[in-house]
Amino acid sequence: MPLELVDRVDEDQLDQEYNWTLNFGPQHPATHTTLRLILTLNGETVLKAVPDIGYLHSGFEKLGEDLDYNQYVTIVDRMNYISPFHNEVAWHHTVEKLMGLELTPRCKYIRTILAELARINDHLLCVGAVALDLGAFTSFLYAFNQREAVYDIFETVSGQRFHPSFTRVGGLMNDVDDVFVQKVRNFVKQAPKAINDLTRLLNRNRIFVDRTKDIGVLTKEEAINRSCSGPVARASGVTRDLRKDEPYLAYRDFDFKMVCAKEGDCYARYLVRMEEMRESLNIIAQAIENLPSGPVNVDLNGKVTIPDKAATYRSIEGLIQHFELIMTNRQWKPPVNECYGAVESPNGELGFYIVSDGTGRAYRARCRPPSFIHFALFPHLIEGHQISDVVAVLGSLNIIAAELDR
Amino acid sequence: MAMTADFFISKLDYVANFIRANSLWPMPFATACCGIELMATASSRYDLARFGSEVMRFSPRQCDLMIVAGRVVMKMVPVMQRIWLQMPEPKWCISMGACASSGGVFDTYAVVQGIDRFIPVDVYVPGCPPRPEQLIAAILDLQDKIRKTGTLFGKEFQERTTFDGPAPLHLELNQAEIVTAPGSYESSTRLQ
Amino acid sequence: MSTVDQLQQQFGSAIIRTESFRDNVRVIVTPEAVHEVLKHLKESLGFNMLAELTAVDYLNYPDAVDRFGVIYGLTNLDSGERIFVKTYLNEPDLTLPTVCDLWQGANWLEREVYDMFGITFAGHPDLRRILMPEEFVSFPLRKDYPLRGKHERHNFPVITRAES
Repeated sequence: MPLELVDRVDEDQLDQEYNWTLNFGPQHPATHTTLRLILTLNGETVLKAVPDIGYLHSGFEKLGEDLDYNQYVTIVDRMNYISPFHNEVAWHHTVEKLMGLELTPRCKYIRTILAELARINDHLLCVGAVALDLGAFTSFLYAFNQREAVYDIFETVSGQRFHPSFTRVGGLMNDVDDVFVQKVRNFVKQAPKAINDLTRLLNRNRIFVDRTKDIGVLTKEEAINRSCSGPVARASGVTRDLRKDEPYLAYRDFDFKMVCAKEGDCYARYLVRMEEMRESLNIIAQAIENLPSGPVNVDLNGKVTIPDKAATYRSIEGLIQHFELIMTNRQWKPPVNECYGAVESPNGELGFYIVSDGTGRAYRARCRPPSFIHFALFPHLIEGHQISDVVAVLGSLNIIAAELDR
Repeated sequence: MAMTADFFISKLDYVANFIRANSLWPMPFATACCGIELMATASSRYDLARFGSEVMRFSPRQCDLMIVAGRVVMKMVPVMQRIWLQMPEPKWCISMGACASSGGVFDTYAVVQGIDRFIPVDVYVPGCPPRPEQLIAAILDLQDKIRKTGTLFGKEFQERTTFDGPAPLHLELNQAEIVTAPGSYESSTRLQ
Repeated sequence: MSTVDQLQQQFGSAIIRTESFRDNVRVIVTPEAVHEVLKHLKESLGFNMLAELTAVDYLNYPDAVDRFGVIYGLTNLDSGERIFVKTYLNEPDLTLPTVCDLWQGANWLEREVYDMFGITFAGHPDLRRILMPEEFVSFPLRKDYPLRGKHERHNFPVITRAES
């Protein structure tokens, strides 16, 4: 990126010879993959940070125009790859909104449970990565060890550790069984121990608190002006959580708190994420006890869901249904219109804007990525801080490069 | 008198290979989702440090194994080439995941269809993402390769002078439609 | 009085039509009136958060009249209401006034629309490519650009093992 596009700092106020430029390049030790920052520093103080992104831009939105509504879910998984199930929930939430489908209660509950597990996964990695970047290696290992338990559950259900590609239009890939219920119950029993371990390691740790308190303060007005959402906004006092304000899936049935803080610094974001993990466990505990029975996919006569293998191979209606949905010139017939649907992903408001032209493929599948919008905050937050605060702020914003670049 | 072993006789190549294979320090060029599986492989359940990869140094000057984990976009290729050239000999490259090996699910305008088009790769790991056990198997395969074909002074690297990557894509455009946009690693990674 | 009615009363002729689909309320305005409509929505009607700024290329769309559509999604944080303001653009004049003065979150969103579609925003502080490399010349998300690109992705020098 040419240096002349970086604005000059005021030359009469600062000592010219001490300003130097550091390229915090696309490949860097902070575990936040491919983003690049060009920092102008005065000694160790950051004067200006210019982000340069696009190092992971893979053309997701163009692919959305090429794959149909069920195939694209495999790609959508790979956007926010730390909580992939949430992306699938967001995509199919919007597709089902476009098509006007109402899910079965069992499907809603299972999607909620898996989505909250994905949220715990995301927050564990975010907290672990922030701790690793600040030097606390043990917290990283504890967090990753706990994530393996969640991976086990996803593997039981869909066969893949992450990127499950589990949701389909109108339902799920397959139904869950008692093994899953037992595993989720075990998880709910033993996960609080890991979260408590992390809390004991980090919450009152002098080094962690000093490195994150009053660093990267985001005021409430700034958060609203810059379109923040999710834990970043809630830690600044914006009380908006799509699970409460625009309830989707089964969130109406559960009793949970919206976690907010007032200070808006990195420490507040960390605390909001830890508390959100506990609330997620609360939701999962309520959901798994009240899991409704019944079919998981929307009714076969609705002609939108792929029937299961038994029906496909054994009944002529199932075979025809399968054929109609898989062959590329037949597929779904959604209304010719546009729709925006958003869910509360662990990073913020993850929305999809789908323009459909009546065929089985989206005409335009736009993803509203929370990481992209939060990374635009970064130059504002880091001004005046030291260079070692760069990793703290970057970690607390939970920037995921694949969602940033799509 | 008891038998004592005072002398150890072997080929220098064997000793060098033994040392190099059992202490491969990886440099994770973690781009996307495979990066998370790489971190999971380095974590406590599937510990990569058991196999000699004790530290993941992020500086290319201190590593000898570059694990390219994740999709490589055309904007990133000059960066990857520059880092590869910064690594000192002997060095090896593992291409982890379907996206690094061949473009994966992303056959789009921005994703390079396999990093072996630009970087010489030694071991490919399929999977999307590959399970940690697959990555460990790849490291063990690489260790085998080093033991079998390594030399003390790295002569086996100098012999690979031709491009041994994949053939050009068969859906090539004709010359008139080709748009030349990005540059090489010399120009695209400078600040000015 | 609902938001749409208040807008109709205030702006009258600038509003081409209003639509509503599922729970999205859309207001279609002329490109010249976009900035005033958004300013009125933000300051007088309380829609203080810009949730979404995106564009669509309607080249192959059934019954399309204009080529590009730009959509602004706004949220009222106090009441939770959402509204979508849409405007249509045609070549050759693909410019719109920027909304960076109203919401700073629009800075990068507008850069992305420029990068992907080629729609410029007058008054934007720093309009340059954000996701594609600077040297890239095409606009990828337009419908006339192929999925696999025009061979830009493999246009790099090759490093063989002996050289490195």
